[in-house]
Formats: sequence, C-alpha cells, structure tokens
Amino acid sequence: MAKGKIPPEFLVERDDYKCVRCLACVRLCSYGANYYDENAKRVYTENRKCVGCHFCEAMCPTEAITVMRNPFEIKPLAHWTSEHLIDIMKQAETGGVLLTSMGNDRPYFSYFDRIVLNASQVTNPSIDPLREPMEVRTYLGRKQMKLDLEEDEEGRVLLKTEIAPQLKLEVPVMFSAMSYGSISLNAMLSLAEAAKTVGTYFNTGEGGLPKELKRYGSNMIVQVASGRFGVNVDYLNAGSAVEIKIGQGAKPGIGGHLPGEKVTEAISETRMIPVGTDALSPAPHHDIYSIEDLRQLIYAIKEATRYEKPVGVKIAAVHNVAPIAAGMVRAGADYIVIDGIRGGTGAAPKVTRDHVGIPIEFAVAVVDQRLREEGIRHMASVVVAGGIRNSADVIKAIALGADAVYIGTAALVALGCHLCQRCYLGKCNWGIATQDPKLTKRLNPEIGARRLVNLLRAWEHEIKEILGGMGINAIESLRGNRDMLRGVGLHEYELKLLGIKPAGEAW
Amino acid sequence: MVGIDAKGWHYRELNETIWKAVGEGENEIIVENVCGQRYIGAGLKRKVKILLNGVPGNDLGAFMDGPEIVVYGNCQDGVGNTMNSGKIVIHGCAGDILGYSMRGGQIYVKGHAGYRVGIHMKAYKERYPVIVVGGFVRDFLGEYMAGGLILILGLERDEDGNVTGDFVGTGMHGGEIFVRGPVEERKLGKEVKIFEPTIDDMNRVTPYVKEFCDLFGYNFEEVMSEKFVLLKPYTHRPYGRLYAY
Repeated sequence: MAKGKIPPEFLVERDDYKCVRCLACVRLCSYGANYYDENAKRVYTENRKCVGCHFCEAMCPTEAITVMRNPFEIKPLAHWTSEHLIDIMKQAETGGVLLTSMGNDRPYFSYFDRIVLNASQVTNPSIDPLREPMEVRTYLGRKQMKLDLEEDEEGRVLLKTEIAPQLKLEVPVMFSAMSYGSISLNAMLSLAEAAKTVGTYFNTGEGGLPKELKRYGSNMIVQVASGRFGVNVDYLNAGSAVEIKIGQGAKPGIGGHLPGEKVTEAISETRMIPVGTDALSPAPHHDIYSIEDLRQLIYAIKEATRYEKPVGVKIAAVHNVAPIAAGMVRAGADYIVIDGIRGGTGAAPKVTRDHVGIPIEFAVAVVDQRLREEGIRHMASVVVAGGIRNSADVIKAIALGADAVYIGTAALVALGCHLCQRCYLGKCNWGIATQDPKLTKRLNPEIGARRLVNLLRAWEHEIKEILGGMGINAIESLRGNRDMLRGVGLHEYELKLLGIKPAGEAW
Repeated sequence: MVGIDAKGWHYRELNETIWKAVGEGENEIIVENVCGQRYIGAGLKRKVKILLNGVPGNDLGAFMDGPEIVVYGNCQDGVGNTMNSGKIVIHGCAGDILGYSMRGGQIYVKGHAGYRVGIHMKAYKERYPVIVVGGFVRDFLGEYMAGGLILILGLERDEDGNVTGDFVGTGMHGGEIFVRGPVEERKLGKEVKIFEPTIDDMNRVTPYVKEFCDLFGYNFEEVMSEKFVLLKPYTHRPYGRLYAY
C-alpha cells in the first residue's frame, strides 16, 4: 500500500505558545484533520486530511494556526509537477475518474490581465460619478429594431410596439446558476436576499426550487436542464425568467450526476425524485439535437408561460461558439449566456474542467462580432460568465460585447469560500457546499446577504468611476465599445480575434 | 363544449384560442383539422378534455398538469414532454422521445412509437408516470429511466418482427419496463436485466392493460394470454464506482 501513499498537500502548523487548548479547531474541522492528544496535552493535525480551506485558521481565537502549502510534497519538477504525480497515484489506486470542483486553475493565459482600459485626457471631459448622473442599469431581453409610436386624442405620444419581456438589472452583475444540492439553502438565501436588495437576479440552477425561495421570484431566474429536475409549470412561472441550460464552462459536453447518497429528503423534494436515487442529467437534452430543436424547447417554455417571461439559453464557450450563439439567437432566445473555460462547478471530472472549452474573453468578442455582422445583436442580450473576479473584469467583458455578467465563484468567496475545490465531498466547513445542518448553520444568510450586497455596491462604485474616467455616463454605451480597450503583449491574431488594438495605437 | 377549426392556423393562434376557452371554464374542447400545430395543451393546469382530429405537432402536452388529450390520428415527437399529470390517448402512432422526463400521468398509444420512449421518466411521491404502447418501439427505450412504468404490448411488430429496438434501458436506474413477448438479452443496456414478473408485478400492470384494451377495443384476455417480461435495473447506483476522490 505504501506505493499509493499520497504526501499531504498542506501542513497545518500550530504555535504551541499561542494555543490555549480551546479545541475549537478539533471540533470544527468537518474532515477530522485536527485532534487532541490527551497524554501530550497538545493539539495535532493529520496533515493528509487537510483540504486547505483555512477554516480552522480563521476560527482560531489566538491565531495559533497557520495552514501552508507543503513545499516539498514531492520533488519539485517543472513538467512532472506534484499535482500530476498525485493524480497518477490516486488513479493507480482507484481506477476512477478524478473529480474536482470550482473553476479551472490551469495557468492558461488570462486575457483580461492583458487588456488595459482607456480614460479621457484633454480632448474629452471625464465625468465625476459622485456628482453627476451615471447609469449602470441595464435590461436583458429582446429589443425591437424600431419603435412605432402613435398619438392619442389629447396629443400624448404612446408606444405602439409591443416590448418583449425584459429583466431589469440595477447593476450589470447577476449571480450564476448554483443549484440546491450543490450549495446549501443558507447560501442560496444569501444570494436571493442580496439580489433583491441590489435589484439583480440569482439563478436556481438545475436542481429545482426550495419552497423557502419562492418569495424571491421577482429576483430569480429558474433553470431547466436535461434532467428536468423539479421542472413543472409552477416552477417555470415561479421566477422572472427561464434559462435553458445546455452546458456550463466547467464541464462542456458532459452531463451531471448527483449521487444517490446526496439525495436527502429536502433535495428529493426540490428535484422531485425519490430519496436516495441517483440524479442523472444526460449530457445533451434528448429533445435538442439541433438549433431547430432548441427553438422548439424555447417556444414550448414560452407557450407554457404565455410569453410573459424572457427565455435564455446558457452554453459553455467552445470552439464553434459564435455560429452556435447566432443560432441560439435566431432560435428565439431572449438572452444567451456564454460560460468560459474558467467557470466553476460543484463537481466535474478534472480532465474536462481543466482542458475543455475556450477562454471567455475570446468567446464574448467573437459572439458579439458575429451577432453584429448578422444584424441580430439587438435580438438577444449576451451574458458572460466564467472567472469574473472583479469590477475590471466586468468592465472588460462588457466592452468586449457583453450586456451583463454572471458571477458564481466571486459570490461564494464573498460568503467565505477559500477555493479549496472540494465541493464534491459535501463537507464544506464554510457551510456553502454542504447539506450537513451542523455545517450549513455556520453560514448566516443575513450576514451572507450583507457581504454580497457590499461586494456588488463596491463594484458598482468602481464601474462608475471607470466609466466616468472614460467620459461615458451609461453602461450601455460601453457595451461592445472596444475602443476603450487596448491589448498589452498580445499577438496580432489574438488582438484581431478580440477586436482590439495594441496599447500605444491611437484611434 | 367548444369546437375549433384549426385549418391553416399557426400554433400560436390555436393555442391562444385553447387557453382562452380553458380560461372561460370550458370542460371539453374539440379541435378539427389539426395539422402539425405544436405545443397543444402545453402548460395547461386545469382538468379539461381536449379532442384533436388530425396530426398535432411536436411537444403535445409539454409541461401539462391535469388535462386529458385524445388524438384521433398520429403524433409527432415529444408527446408529454416533462408532463406532470393528466392523460394522453393516441389513436395512432407516436414519434420520438415520447414522455421525455415525464413525472406523472398516463400516455396510451394504440400503434407504435419512435426512439427513446420514456427517456428520463421519473416518479415522485404520488406521481407515477405510465406509458403504454400497443405496437413496437425503436432503440433506447427507457433510457436514463428513474421511475414509473413503461408497458410495450407488441401487438404490432416492426419490419423485422421486433417489439423493441436496441439499447433498452441504457442508463436506467429506477422504474420498470414490461414487454409482452420475448426480449433478447443482446438488446439490453448494461444497467438492466430480464426478470420474470411475479403475480404482484402482473397485478400492477393489468389495470393499465385493461384500460388500453377498453380505449382501443382489444380483447383483454387475448392480450394477457402471452407472456410478459420485466426489465429493471439491478443497481440503483450504476455509476457508484466511477470516481476517484
């Protein structure tokens, strides 16, 4: 067995002078990594059990604990990194597919980090958002090519054109689809309450609707995926929009699989399947093998909801993303979501998460470009997701062509997540990716919501500052405004795909 | 009772008219000259009887919750897609993905049906979906099936004398499929096995066979005289050992 002995990824160091033997770390760790030795009267850690979530470190009242990376888990080689060696050991031991969680962290080039923003100097005035009006509200949904107006007897001008249903976003940031089951109810309540306070939307994900969330319908998007879990007419009508999930950035092209042991009483109720049965989401929707079929499901949902709600479609960013997106728009989607290679997940095979898909920066640029070329950009809004880390990423995504962004990982980090990437174990110490009542109660939805509201408000301020600096007073004037972007250290073909000029080149 | 002539109508016009009639409290709606209009009955929640003369289009009764639809003609794909409750009776044949992700209610097809019949059907508490097909079905019957009952009577065989196609019950992890007549082992997906139905099993099935015979005028004794086989998964966790943690 010694062959399969995997070296610890983390070392939990304890300053014995500071440790007061309160044993909080022993009680709190859901992985059982910390233990108290009665004889030695000391607290120790089984380093091998530590996942690096930093919960004990954060909770230690005397700051006696430091969780650090084991510097020499295995000989530090460049090509054969310890990650690769450990993965091989695990697979040689079990014969299984490697599971992981959260977003891709391979060192692919981050194009967001190679794009810089513009500001006004001399020739056009910048705007101070603290004293001048600045519009960051936006609407998602189908827009009309032209508006027909008519006058009534009293000479008032009335709108004759019927406007398609829209989602009203006070900030161009929404919370990504995260299902009940992948995250806890308290995490969902935090997202829901924050969305309501700020005036944006959260997304139920594909796991159905817990009854506690029904009252957040006006700030909720409900998702329909291939497993159709929890989907009935009431569900479709429960939110402000319906989103058909074709794929997600973390696992393009594959289905989902919630193991039976995770289908508890509460999960069974929202997914509408018996307790203990596996919840399998087939890789494709078997009623969708073409754009025409997608149109069929979009309109089945529109019929069932009497054309009162926008219907969106979410796909993972893959090589052919631009033509697919154009097809989705022509199929009748009111908004489309493109999820890039860094999109997060509750559980995915590592090989898929780390190697399938394309960076979101390219995806949004080519999708926006294609829709404009085809003259159909107004027919659907474009929402971008997958690794949006801060307000700068939001601005760059919008300037590359998005109407709004979805954030998932960033929202969870605001709730306490330290990206240990072990959501699939269901033992999240921070009470986010778990259903264990002892753990979920660690996440207070009121505090969670407050932290999320803080995050969105902070980003809103920053977005306004940047817009003001550019001399722009509305977020909608930034959409697809690639003149505001310049590339640093990018090849010509990359710049061409992104539709931006290199830094230093004037208008 | 209200009569509608759908000749030359777009589905939106037809469905709007049906919704209006249902909203006004009509209990029986007869539609003549149905020709390919999609989504008939989609999302309807009230107990209402809809009789269709002609061939309705795809997604008949999608997301439906309660109504009874009777079709005097053939149907296309996606009948009863994600249906919650209600009943669909087809005096003809049906297309692919019949009863996709259906959670409750019953679908009776007099003739044969296409590929992936009953895919991802699932039961939940009092919801128990049932599909009865009088003739044969194509490949991938009961794929990903998680609950409910599928009954294939094989009163009509395909061009090669088959009752089912290949890959029966692939990915199946719940529910039961009964087939009247033999099913070759080689046609099964790797998650299912053939069982001989017990008396209890047959008692579960006979009411639906009876209903089928009453609906379409078959002799119940005759239909029951041939042997049935029961196909069900032998594990609820087909993919339990797939992953390394």
